[in-house]
Amino acid sequence: MTDVAGKFTVEPFSASAEKRERFNRLLKKRYAAEARFKMWGIVAVSVAVVFLVLLLGSILLQGASAFSTTKVELELYLDPAVIDPQGTKDPQTIASADYNQILRASMSKLFPEVQGRRERRDMMSLLSSGAAYEVAGHVRDNPDLIGQTIRFEVLTDDLVDMLRKGYIERNVPEADRKLNDFQLGIYDKLVATGALGGAFNTELITTGDSREPENAGLWGAVVGSFLTLVVTLGIAFPLGVMAAVYLEEFAPKNRITDMIEVNINNLAAVPSIVFGLLGLAVFLNFFGMPRSAPVVGGLVLALQALPIIIIASRAAIKAVPPSIREAALGMGASPLQTVMHHTLPLSMPGMLTGAILGMAHALGETAPLLMIGMVAFIVDIPSGFSSPATVLPVQIYLWADSPERAFVEKTSAAIIVLLLFLISMNAIAIYLRKKFERKW
Amino acid sequence: MTTLDFTTHTVPLDGKAKISAKNVNLWYGEKQALHNINLEVGENQVTALIGPSGCGKSTFLRCLNRMNDTITSCRIQGDIRIDGDDIYAQALDVVHLRARVGMVFQKPNPFPKSIFENVAYGPRLHGLAESKDHMEHIVKSSLERAGLWKEVSDRLQSPGTGLSGGQQQRLCIARAIAVSPEVILMDEPCSALDPIATAKIEELIDELRENFTIAIVTHSMQQAARVSQRTAFFHLGVLVENGPTEGIFTNPVDKRTQDYVTGRFG
Repeated sequence: MTDVAGKFTVEPFSASAEKRERFNRLLKKRYAAEARFKMWGIVAVSVAVVFLVLLLGSILLQGASAFSTTKVELELYLDPAVIDPQGTKDPQTIASADYNQILRASMSKLFPEVQGRRERRDMMSLLSSGAAYEVAGHVRDNPDLIGQTIRFEVLTDDLVDMLRKGYIERNVPEADRKLNDFQLGIYDKLVATGALGGAFNTELITTGDSREPENAGLWGAVVGSFLTLVVTLGIAFPLGVMAAVYLEEFAPKNRITDMIEVNINNLAAVPSIVFGLLGLAVFLNFFGMPRSAPVVGGLVLALQALPIIIIASRAAIKAVPPSIREAALGMGASPLQTVMHHTLPLSMPGMLTGAILGMAHALGETAPLLMIGMVAFIVDIPSGFSSPATVLPVQIYLWADSPERAFVEKTSAAIIVLLLFLISMNAIAIYLRKKFERKW
Repeated sequence: MTTLDFTTHTVPLDGKAKISAKNVNLWYGEKQALHNINLEVGENQVTALIGPSGCGKSTFLRCLNRMNDTITSCRIQGDIRIDGDDIYAQALDVVHLRARVGMVFQKPNPFPKSIFENVAYGPRLHGLAESKDHMEHIVKSSLERAGLWKEVSDRLQSPGTGLSGGQQQRLCIARAIAVSPEVILMDEPCSALDPIATAKIEELIDELRENFTIAIVTHSMQQAARVSQRTAFFHLGVLVENGPTEGIFTNPVDKRTQDYVTGRFG
């Protein structure tokens, strides 16, 4: 030590001009490096923000129009001879009557000049094929209306909706257009009389899926996603927390627990489709559980969320200061009491964050659900955990795959709903975390 | 490095021994941390454990309420008795032991709960309170004995972690005495406190001596001299000298004790 110190003496930088210059050069370099680092950080954040804005912007732009739909107000004469000739007032009879005939009569009254069979068909095809069901439902619920003339708004066909939103170009040659010139004429007349116009698309958020874009809704998928996530949370959260508590606080540190730890970490990285195959083989084939059911989807997603929750929960438990544990043990609390009274409540915010992260993953998951049949075309709103259902991401996949132009905007709308679902879930998580959070 | 000198100079205790440790050896894994410790802690006395860092004084203290049980690599040999009960006996329940031997730690560690709940935790755990009124009485008297009642009586429901460092440590003492232990172990209770808070705690320790037997680990020799009746000096896992505090500081027998108390090492 001593001889080294003797050989190299450290002079202060102000000792000579040369040293000062050298010092200043180094200082300048240091500041430049810091400025460069800061700049790269800003560039990285900006790129991320730009992509996020582009993504959200394009989805919002495309999807916003799906929240409005096109309706036409018609004067309908609810002819008793057509609806209920016997006058039984039986809801079954009323509901199964031929309302297309009433719609046709109403349209013919509006456009008496349309006479040809083909023109009439073209004219009627401007209305949604579900329009008759709408009228049927309304009359069934209000049987007193039979015999009266009512003004009623029915949905138009998705092509009319597309035309109103400007997605069908009028200057394209008639042969290449989905709507012919005659139909455009009818449309223009309906717009001119004020009968046809836009309305908020309640169908989109209240009904299930449909082959007809104007009738297709997301509610079935929303309910399916909700039921699936309830199962996932109900299974993965308690199991994950218990596993984490055991591994952190009680398990002996030996080769077996090391192995388990490595495997849990690996499990978090297993491709999700593998979990789907597992679900197919075990839950459907071995246990004979129902196909396309939220309970099976929830089980599969629980398997997938489990490692994420365990890892996050263990990190949260590790973050609890050991002094709190010592204090409790020193007071004579048993290890279990120490965990229940102190460690668990203190690590709960972190555990909830992990759980929400796992849930968010599960919410966006498509691949494993395809394997257990949740990709089926399901019209009905799922009524329980074992009734057939689909989930939001699968619905997005199904709609993105549909050829109709109207499904393009619907797909974006479904993505918006999925994101809203996600945001509300995160909001709940943040609220819970704030509520459970304690300072020390 | 020279070989360890295992000689212990003991001036025998003239009162009744509350705790007696005989031939205590302790290992952390392969490393032996305590070598054949023989020490008696007198009843209603303050016994100070002093020595340089890493000498085993905290380790020994933690043996007395079996806090070392939580360390998996820790292995202990020997005989430690409280009022003649072997604390490492199979029949003895560690929860019961810790209710008899309370502990105050180096860093104030109140639970992130209200002041009331902090003090009530022990009595609730061991079912000591018969009614709500009884519990309130226990909390009040514990805080009074810890000299904290006047400062916190109007905010019992506010969090214990919101108190100042010295108040937190007195809260921890109140929490420890709320279960009426026989012995209180203190592991450098003032090392994180300022001189005024330290003075308060030292005063408190002197008062608590009437009802409790206290063993305190400290790095401050002045503190040991001020609060304790007997002092034990540890060095490299060996109990070097053990006797009345006055004797240790004014007339140490062993060269190592002399060096330490005069500040020549440590």
